[in-house]
Amino acid sequence: MSTNGVRSARPTPKSVLIWTCVALVGAVAWGVVALTRGEEISAIWLVTAALCSYAIAYRFYSRFIARRVLELDDRRATAAERLEDGVDFQPTDRRVVFGHHFAAIAGAGPLVGPVMAAQMGYLPGTLWIVVGVVFAGAVQDMVVLFISMRRNGKSLGQMARDEIGTVGGTAALIAVLAIMIILLAVLALVVVNALAQSPWGTFSVAMTIPIALFMGFYLRYLRPGRVVETSFIGVALLLLAIVSGGWVENSSLADAFTWSPTTLVFCLVGYGFVASVLPVWMLLAPRDYLSTFMKIGTIALLAIGVVVSAPSLKNDAVSPFAESGTGPVFAGSLFPFLFITIACGALSGFHALVSSGTTPKLVQKESQVRLIGYGAMLMESFVAVMALIAASVLDPGLYFAMNAPSGLLGTTVDSASQAVAGLGFTISPDDLAAAAKSVEETSLISRTGGAPTLAFGMSDIFSGVFGGDGMRAFWYHFAIMFEALFILTTVDAGTRVGRFMLQDMLGNVWKPIGRVTWKPGIWITSAIIVGLWGYFLYVGATDPLGGINQLFPLFGIANQLLAAIALTVATTLLIKAGKLRWAWVTGIPLAWDVAVTFVAGWQKIFHDNPKIGFFAQRERYADALDAGKVLPPAKSLDDMETVVLNSTVDGIIMIVFLVLVAVVIVHAAVVCVRAVRSAQPLPTTEAPFVESKILISGERSEELVGAAAGDSSSGPKGHRR
Amino acid sequence: MLLGPPARVLRDVRWYLREISGTAAYERFCRSHEERHPGTPAPSRRAYERQRTRHREENPQSRCC
Repeated sequence: MSTNGVRSARPTPKSVLIWTCVALVGAVAWGVVALTRGEEISAIWLVTAALCSYAIAYRFYSRFIARRVLELDDRRATAAERLEDGVDFQPTDRRVVFGHHFAAIAGAGPLVGPVMAAQMGYLPGTLWIVVGVVFAGAVQDMVVLFISMRRNGKSLGQMARDEIGTVGGTAALIAVLAIMIILLAVLALVVVNALAQSPWGTFSVAMTIPIALFMGFYLRYLRPGRVVETSFIGVALLLLAIVSGGWVENSSLADAFTWSPTTLVFCLVGYGFVASVLPVWMLLAPRDYLSTFMKIGTIALLAIGVVVSAPSLKNDAVSPFAESGTGPVFAGSLFPFLFITIACGALSGFHALVSSGTTPKLVQKESQVRLIGYGAMLMESFVAVMALIAASVLDPGLYFAMNAPSGLLGTTVDSASQAVAGLGFTISPDDLAAAAKSVEETSLISRTGGAPTLAFGMSDIFSGVFGGDGMRAFWYHFAIMFEALFILTTVDAGTRVGRFMLQDMLGNVWKPIGRVTWKPGIWITSAIIVGLWGYFLYVGATDPLGGINQLFPLFGIANQLLAAIALTVATTLLIKAGKLRWAWVTGIPLAWDVAVTFVAGWQKIFHDNPKIGFFAQRERYADALDAGKVLPPAKSLDDMETVVLNSTVDGIIMIVFLVLVAVVIVHAAVVCVRAVRSAQPLPTTEAPFVESKILISGERSEELVGAAAGDSSSGPKGHRR
Repeated sequence: MLLGPPARVLRDVRWYLREISGTAAYERFCRSHEERHPGTPAPSRRAYERQRTRHREENPQSRCC
């Protein structure tokens, strides 16, 4: 072993052989995925192609980043070791940190985006998910985790302020908050669309609240700290809630749980506010445990389901909409809109907040940022691939009947069937009705937002493996429930984080509001945050043009813009550290991301097609309104006014986002030029070197993961010496 | 180790669940309390968990999409 704990032995013939095989299998799988036309292929090819690519990327590219670019050094004590306090800073086993980190980054995002992107066929989406994660998403997560860890776990906003100055830093902070608002609104909209008019879904998701409350009280008063036991009880109750949802649907209670989208919006807003001001032990913490266990369980189940049932993909490899850009799910051409529709799973800026939050304070050894940062993101990417598979096993006719806006499809199976035929696909009214009946929903027409489509695909896959057709409805509502669970957890955690950020900002202007213990301050700031996302949620739920296809591009662009900020900070730090020659590692993903987001943003603002450009849309509807005309899908002059208002607001938000991020990038560029020109290296903001005293026994060095294919040593072996 | 493979897997799973859920945190805290203040009794589990919850209250963690 070399001095910095990183082995640099020559590769053994065995490892050369293994990696050659992995590369060959991967190449064959990609060949099948990419070149097959006109016949259905098995989902196994997609899974194989993705897994082999991940293995190679992890083994070679992440190792290169670890050794050459970041120069991870296991002799150096991490922040967790130096500042260990048993509360924030705590050197933790890498597998445990991996689990925490994965649970924090993965949620509904990688499940929703790929479903929508399936309108362009499975090939473009799969390529972007795999290539994007390998060269951009996982790199961002790993590098941000590293730079934050070397700076004692500083947040992204703080690092932006320290590294690129007050103006750039403040712009970054405002951008983070604004982006979070849109994110929460769109995620909540997914829940609304999944639960509207579905008594089964609504009942079982509503039951999560008493279940979480029960767990909260149990943990606080009966068995403090026994989280595993409490979570098992909770999961059992949750499964019971899903089953009993079916009973409710077939009983006289069904009407009481059949809610309109508007009712659901008000319930969610109310819930969001209450959840964010209640003590965490009551609702947030237990819900978080439930959601973590469900997440791991469901993802494992999905992976088993896909591999065992090996469904064939009914979707086209590349659909006609990939070229024409006239698809009904989201408007616009493949570049740039595919790349913002799939954000989570390929490149997600939000992860940078997690990578610069709790995770860097737990890392035991520097070399472990490779597994935690890069590895966890690969796993999220795999979830995205499985979501794309779940959407692609659906018959395209059904897919479009579920995902096109209701303005296009109408409300009856006949009108929907005709509209789908108009798009160039077929589904008979009977088949559409039968599909809804098979999962015991009243209708599947225009159930946009991704969740119902994914749930349908999952029920298709699961029922082929566990329980047959009789279990279809159960699996459908199981999938709806677990997505809603993730999203509600994100919504109340996000509202809380947003409230703290707002309190922090407003505290600079008026002291009392910044105090985290002053109740009225908490209520006011929580109400502001909930009001902001609640507004967009309401707008989305009532938009005559279909909220998801109006707001989802904003969500995707927002998330990718956050990634632009994170990659800018990362690139600036590499250059400041005198590593100009490695700056391309984050610089190329940054350039790509800026190209995607700014082209998409530009088109959203200036495109003259009213389906794409917000202001063109505004003009079209405003002109018609002046002439007293009603343009479909609007049904009244009120609808027309709503469209005009919404497109104006969306357009302005787009401009604000782009300007904020442009400010950050320009300021960073100035800092970079200064760093390159400076004769001496600029002063570092890293914490100084301290020798590490932690020895890890029984674990092979991280860098050997690839070579040690046969090594399956696991178990609790990391010790302090 | 005298355990057979199934028992070992079970033990590892139990270890992982306890670690990741924070169930094991109190025991770790007691050990480090003993190191730092030998002889003095550690706070009760109830008190410790309250302390931890309060900390969580004041340090919200982002969950991603």
